Amino acid sequence: MGKVVLVTGVARQLGGRFVRRVQRDPGVDRVIAVDAVVPPHRLGDAEFVRADIRQSAIARILAEYAVDTVVHLDVSGKALGAGGRTAIKETNVIGTMQLLGACQKSPTVQRLVVKSSTSVYGSAPRDPAVFTETTPPKSLPSGGFAKDAVEVEGYVRGFARRRPDVAVCVLRFANILGPHPDSPLADYLSLPVLPTVFGYDPRLQFVHEDDVIDVLGIAASEPRRGTLNSGTFNIAGDGVLLLSQCSRRLGRPTVPVLLPAVTWVGSALRTIGMTDFSPEQIRLLTHGRVVSTVQMRETLGFRPAFTTAETFAEFARSRGPGLLPPETVGRAVDRLAALPLPGGAGPRERGAGAVQTTHGAR
Amino acid sequence: MADAKVIPFDDDRSRSGGGARPARRRTGAGGSGRGDGSAAPVSALPGAQVPEQGDVPSDALSGLSPGAGETGGGPGVPGPDEGRSSAGGWERRIAGGLAFLRRRITGDYDVDEFGYDRELTDQVLMSALRPLADTYFRVEVKGIENIPSDGGALIVANHSGTLPLDGLMLQVAVHDNHPAERHLRLLAADLVFHLPVVNELARKAGHTLACAEDAQRLLEMGEIVGVMPEGFKGIGKPFGERYKLQRFGRGGFVSTALRAGAPIVPCSIVGAEEIYPMIGNAKTLARLLGFPYFPITPTFPWLGPLGALPLPTKWTIQFGEPIPTDGYPPEAAEDPMLMFNLTDQVREQIQHTLYKLLVQRRSVFF
Repeated sequence: MGKVVLVTGVARQLGGRFVRRVQRDPGVDRVIAVDAVVPPHRLGDAEFVRADIRQSAIARILAEYAVDTVVHLDVSGKALGAGGRTAIKETNVIGTMQLLGACQKSPTVQRLVVKSSTSVYGSAPRDPAVFTETTPPKSLPSGGFAKDAVEVEGYVRGFARRRPDVAVCVLRFANILGPHPDSPLADYLSLPVLPTVFGYDPRLQFVHEDDVIDVLGIAASEPRRGTLNSGTFNIAGDGVLLLSQCSRRLGRPTVPVLLPAVTWVGSALRTIGMTDFSPEQIRLLTHGRVVSTVQMRETLGFRPAFTTAETFAEFARSRGPGLLPPETVGRAVDRLAALPLPGGAGPRERGAGAVQTTHGAR
Repeated sequence: MADAKVIPFDDDRSRSGGGARPARRRTGAGGSGRGDGSAAPVSALPGAQVPEQGDVPSDALSGLSPGAGETGGGPGVPGPDEGRSSAGGWERRIAGGLAFLRRRITGDYDVDEFGYDRELTDQVLMSALRPLADTYFRVEVKGIENIPSDGGALIVANHSGTLPLDGLMLQVAVHDNHPAERHLRLLAADLVFHLPVVNELARKAGHTLACAEDAQRLLEMGEIVGVMPEGFKGIGKPFGERYKLQRFGRGGFVSTALRAGAPIVPCSIVGAEEIYPMIGNAKTLARLLGFPYFPITPTFPWLGPLGALPLPTKWTIQFGEPIPTDGYPPEAAEDPMLMFNLTDQVREQIQHTLYKLLVQRRSVFF
């Protein structure tokens, strides 16, 4: 008997891509794609079942198709179409509870993969610079998606305790970027002018959508030799980018805002519907967050194809140039460099020296 | 005033004759007066000053053109050959500076996972601190050979001076005096990472939060880590208790060094205690502002911002014999008795060296 994989949250880009990818796996017989809304994209040969995971119908689906692998991707920070924070929170938390309850009853389920986020670590000045999977958060997220993720992980841990026979893998993804990102951070980075917190330059890590799909594939299949794919893993690309670097590479100017005023700017932006500038988002953009990916490499045996910088470069390309494209700025500097050089005579060179001096004397 | 100071600068220039001058001289001046200040940036690393260029080019050109004229005329005086060779040097520097500027404004540089921006630290932050270390505090460094040329090491130093200038000077001292130009990664209090601007600069200069995880990670990366275990107790102690080492925290630095197998280098800093003689502590104000103490010195806050100027004391930084930690079994890091003994050993050594240096010191200011 081959594998029957159930994927939730398939109406999102990421879920859709994973469904199309996992059905090509030779070990997989059937893919059941579940979501409350009909996906706008193709799902290939997968069987789409329209079901809300907040309802108990999900247990019937698990039993009907004798599902053995459940990939829970319906944990997200951003609403799909209409619906506010309340709807997302319900899907994230109540949906997970229903799904886990169904899994607990199901005799066929052998493997559970849950998409989580590094936002469970929170973001505080008293945190160590690099989070490992075992670092306890100094300040638990007080709300928003981060709190949902913490609660989802709590329920997953409870499930793992009650069903020790099921291999449970929790993947904590850093900020996912790619050609079709739908995260609040991607929305933020798409603003023409980036409001930043004055006096803070957060460290950010990104992971490419392709790598997300790959690592989900690894987690959803049998572990390869010498690796273990149950447990909790941080997933992020190599390297770190500062927000200032990101804005320069995107060519989008920044507007530093004093920390007390950030909340107002955030709610103003939220009101006009430009981005979900939630408190946890602001904390990420204040203190930043970097996670260790040693476990991902050594235990899970996954090496991301894209570094943080490459992921970001791809994202920047897909967004198009900003108001101050790096190429233009770079050319301006080159023109400046070319200014005093032609001629090359003594007085000109001295002139160049003088210009440098005045800049230096500032 | 400026005229009088330009002459030594030209002297200096013709003597050097376009050849590479020692790095220390480049930014040697600056702290002690406007005249020196105008001379220093001319010889400064272009990269160090360039980032400001984009902000106010017109202002810089119009406001300071007399100085530019003088210095521009300078190379012409010694003779045509001289002028050409130094102009060649300038071209290289300008090219280097512009390349640096280009990398900076296009975001094409790397930071490590702690947010350490090596390029910015080398080109800008160090250059900004160097005059303070070389000219203002005239830091004398002894025993630099006790810092290994490669691999991790934990430098444990005393902490004093109301504001953590001693940490910054230690960072400059290690980098400028060590033959391998090693970068010191300081462990800073969480207050540093609460404060806007300060936290940004601290991270970019390679500092990180003083916690066991970060310290161990840095040591395992083979970095030189600097820690001041006295913390606020040391830096915020009254003037009357100067050079009396406070309790060394809970000795967590010893177990971190043991786990990483990194040697502990005791370090004594003399001179930092007197930069802001703290004669009082406005506790209520400190509590209101959320600071561990609010210093009252003979000049601060009475003279306002002027009172915040540190006294130009003469500093000595002495690195002691390293204490090896690789001979202990792995479980030693969990042994509290050993921790206390090693902590005391380090503390005693620093205290003894402090007394020795104080006896040798002729005066606070010279």
